[in-house]
Amino acid sequence: MSGMLKNALGWVDDRFPLTKVWNEHLAKYYAPKNFNWMYYFGSLAILVLVNQIITGIFLTINYKPDAQLAFDSVEYIMRDVEWGWLIRYMHSTGASAFFIVVYLHMFRGLVYGSFKKPRELVWIFGMIIYVALMAEAFMGYLLPWGQMSYWGAQVIVSLFGAIPYVGEDLALWLRGDYVISDATLNRFFAFHVIAIPLVLVVLVFMHIVALHAVGSNNPEGIEIKKHKDDKGVPLDGIPFHPYYTVKDLVGVAVFLFIFALIIFYMPEMGGYFLEHANFVPADPLKTPEHIAPVWYFTPFYAILRAVPDKFLGVVAMAGAIIILFVLPWLDRGVNKSIRYRGPVFKAAIVAFCISFIGLGYFGMQPVTPVGTWFSRFFSIVYFAFFLLMPFYSNIGQDKYVPERVEEK
Amino acid sequence: MKKLTIALFVLFSSQLFAASGGVALESARVDLNDKASLQRGAKYFVNYCLSCHSAKQLRYSRMATDLEIPPELVELNLMFTGEKILDGMTISMRPEDAEKWFGVNPPDLSLIARSRGSDWLYTYLKSFYVDESRPFGVNNTLFPKVGMPHVLADLQGLQKAVYKDVELEDGSVRSVIDHLEISEPGRMSVEEYDEAMNDLVNFLTYMGEPAQLERQKLGWKVLVFILIMLLVFYFLKKEYWKDIH
Repeated sequence: MSGMLKNALGWVDDRFPLTKVWNEHLAKYYAPKNFNWMYYFGSLAILVLVNQIITGIFLTINYKPDAQLAFDSVEYIMRDVEWGWLIRYMHSTGASAFFIVVYLHMFRGLVYGSFKKPRELVWIFGMIIYVALMAEAFMGYLLPWGQMSYWGAQVIVSLFGAIPYVGEDLALWLRGDYVISDATLNRFFAFHVIAIPLVLVVLVFMHIVALHAVGSNNPEGIEIKKHKDDKGVPLDGIPFHPYYTVKDLVGVAVFLFIFALIIFYMPEMGGYFLEHANFVPADPLKTPEHIAPVWYFTPFYAILRAVPDKFLGVVAMAGAIIILFVLPWLDRGVNKSIRYRGPVFKAAIVAFCISFIGLGYFGMQPVTPVGTWFSRFFSIVYFAFFLLMPFYSNIGQDKYVPERVEEK
Repeated sequence: MKKLTIALFVLFSSQLFAASGGVALESARVDLNDKASLQRGAKYFVNYCLSCHSAKQLRYSRMATDLEIPPELVELNLMFTGEKILDGMTISMRPEDAEKWFGVNPPDLSLIARSRGSDWLYTYLKSFYVDESRPFGVNNTLFPKVGMPHVLADLQGLQKAVYKDVELEDGSVRSVIDHLEISEPGRMSVEEYDEAMNDLVNFLTYMGEPAQLERQKLGWKVLVFILIMLLVFYFLKKEYWKDIH
């Protein structure tokens, strides 16, 4: 039997590099042996992506991208389709889970310096994935055709109108109409179910290929490729499979526990994952009292609202995302990991986290004078974190960074 | 520090009141396992709400199954306008007429518990009071200038508003509603009415998402399964990693 399998594998290998790919990316891809829990979020992001694609396909089977039918078709899925409620909640919870996992994944990269040379392209592909993910989430949120879907899209698309000269035409072109309408729903559906997912999958592929070319970073920020044995295997590396595949399974189980807990017992997550106002069908004649985007967009929404001028607000909001792309060139610290960085950098990371979460909070609230001032303060901290990085990132770094992963 | 406390208070209080127009919500006791309460709620719903408000997302047959009411009894006691048991709960009032009569088309209530929340509904149903300046002679403390007449007045009776004077920050005095009290008793005592409204809200909550009965029953089994999976994976990982130092 095993002889037959071997023959079959040989037959395939002569025609397709199956064994070669398996080895390069799993069995003989050497990852540092000192990954901690923060390294779970990459594989979890892939898990959530697969979840979104599979549940998305099943939702598409019963969903109707038509302004007259969309809202009811979602309720049809929730009530009449066998297991429809479960699939819908897996998808809606998956959207928020995707951002939680991705934010933690990015934070991991930030504190351990995984974006630094030679991994700049890994970071940039990751950033493009993040932007594509935001587009994907934004367009997907229109599909249930509830009040928040409708007015959220109205607000965000109208932002393009703030761009001088071409803005209004651009917004019109995006909507396909003067307001969000059936035409918008149709095109957002097309983008949400095919265009952006395709881009996402290709980008994830490139992200991983780039990572496997340069090798993974680790919590110590050490390059394990500097010390290899005579066979060329990094001394501090272990094969990704089976070691990290079995380890990631533990992370998967913990994730699934929390994921299932939300799906079965708090799918609305108190109005954060599914907003209450979105259970009211879209009504173009009735603006809700308070329009708030879903939580994962609110840090940027808060920056937008913090700036008094609409166009400059849009510029600031876009800038807040664009600035992340050049992070590898803003950070001039020699040491990668936060473990060996100076106190100023550590304090800056803490201030950045507080301001990001603070912005996220105020982005969800109705506008108040106090909230606006807090948002302004946090926006300044957010931008200062990046713009001042070339000046503070080098201060007070540890002289000693271990050469090898030390045993504890 | 004091300024910060005030700032935080202003921040959070504005958020609390944004949802309820300044009125504190009373909490409803939602218990979807109380089938008798859900059945009574269904009775109140079809008798008092369903002539103006539809609930088109809920099929009579689904309600019969979930609430454990025999379909014949549903057809006999809860369906009045010749629908079939598989139909959704629709009404015969045309939207154009509704707009003429009430100024607004009464919303479909299928998902009202999900958009408003059960506490809001419970408080709303108890907050009607006599106000001769309104077209139907009643107003609502939770939903000022509400377009709906007090259809439950024959159960609750009528309430009148009791005012009190409050001094505003600038020193001026304004009269605001302190509380409501029964001025004309209905068929039910206050306790009975509260109980009835709780049943009705319970039913509305069920109606917002009938799958939640199934969801909550299934959830813990899935969680136990994942926990066992976690144990297996944990020991698998330990076994594999024995030789890594």
